[in-house]
Amino acid sequence: MPSPADLAAIWLTFKLATTTTVLLLLIGTPIAWWLARTRSAWKGPVGAVVALPIVLPPTVLGFYLLLLMGPDGAVGRMTQALGLGLLPFSFGGLVVASVFYSLPFVVQPIQNAFDAIGDGPLEAAATLRATPLDAFFSVAIPLARPGFVTAAILGFAHTVGEFGVVLMIGGNIPDKTRVVSVQIYDHVEALEYAQAHWLAGGMVAFSFLVLLALYTLNPGARRGR
Amino acid sequence: MSLFVKISFFVALAAFPLAQADELQIAVAANFTAPAKRIAADFEKDSGHKAQLIFGATGKFYAQIKNGAPFDVLLAADDETPTKLEKEGATVVGSRFTYAIGRLVLWSAKPGYVDAQGEVLKKGEFQHLAIANPKTAPYGAAAVEVLAALKRLDAIQTKFVQAENIAQAHQFVATGNAELGFIALSQISKDGKIAAGSAWIVPAHLHQAIRQDAVMLTKGKDNPAAQAWLNYLKSDKAKTIVKSFGYEL
Repeated sequence: MPSPADLAAIWLTFKLATTTTVLLLLIGTPIAWWLARTRSAWKGPVGAVVALPIVLPPTVLGFYLLLLMGPDGAVGRMTQALGLGLLPFSFGGLVVASVFYSLPFVVQPIQNAFDAIGDGPLEAAATLRATPLDAFFSVAIPLARPGFVTAAILGFAHTVGEFGVVLMIGGNIPDKTRVVSVQIYDHVEALEYAQAHWLAGGMVAFSFLVLLALYTLNPGARRGR
Repeated sequence: MSLFVKISFFVALAAFPLAQADELQIAVAANFTAPAKRIAADFEKDSGHKAQLIFGATGKFYAQIKNGAPFDVLLAADDETPTKLEKEGATVVGSRFTYAIGRLVLWSAKPGYVDAQGEVLKKGEFQHLAIANPKTAPYGAAAVEVLAALKRLDAIQTKFVQAENIAQAHQFVATGNAELGFIALSQISKDGKIAAGSAWIVPAHLHQAIRQDAVMLTKGKDNPAAQAWLNYLKSDKAKTIVKSFGYEL
């Protein structure tokens, strides 16, 4: 059976994934909108930066975040000046890291959904005297709903599956940074294979169910490019 | 060094020009990375064999060996894992020996932060103390024993940041994210001196000896290079290198 420590890790993972997903929908939507609509020369570079976490090993992200958020890093200096202290080894630090790590998994489905709407419906809204903001909320967002569903599910699931980054900046602190993937790793390292199976098997089942839900509830949705 | 080992070592050396060069794969505990590289370079030069080193955590090596990993020799970070493998019949019986005894240090990347008596632990004016996971890493377990012996465990436990292994604990401290941490003396030793920052070399009586055992695995049984490597590890030349990295023997 899962131990209290395992349950604490599950709860922490859930909290981290939920916080990250909400933040990502708020941050990712304007980025996706801009990427879908802009003709700026910056579209390429910004799109590439957003997609970086897909190809970078998590250890690269974790390593640079550890340096950036450390006492001598640019972000670390800023958080210290703001009186927030340092981000590594804290829940806040994991949230920041997860937002970077899962960004493309949220931005790309939303961007694709916005792309698919095309100019027509928005121009129609404009001829009906809808302001751009009004058109965005009453036309673009409802039409892009499947994209948002996909983005939220993938953002959540990808954060649950995060390991390399947490390992690099987490510090394995119970109730703060010891998430399920790290707990599984600990069990395996300590040769506690029975306990590892409970959590690892649970992760397999969870991931399958999430993807099953994604593909049956949202059959048109496919991730990113 | 026993006479037998000495003789077999020289016999082996003499035989090498005739013998074919063999390859061997050695799983090496992360804390022994630097000395292993030096010894392997000398070994290749002296013996003509080719030594491939694989670095990692001892617990992970255990799982890999039990599942058919192609290692000839294991240089573990502890003596428990080789003993366990021996009991389970995964090693060549009689091949196990202690190749190094680790020394624990309390280290900070900042000069003057850690005093030579470890008084900094009594003041406790820090936010994060990095240790290797005590459940899996011998140096982490030794660090917990030291704090318990100093009666500081309860006060400091809340400030622990746990690293996967001793290499990562060093990284947490080196980047300044943890003000100080318990690591291996071998990680900060250069030519017998502490290379950077400030450190307290923890008196050995405060924790159980960190004995690191080497063992030949079943796969290395018929590989002449595996026996040659173990013999080489017992040579004075190798021992001098081991000691220069802050280990005892």
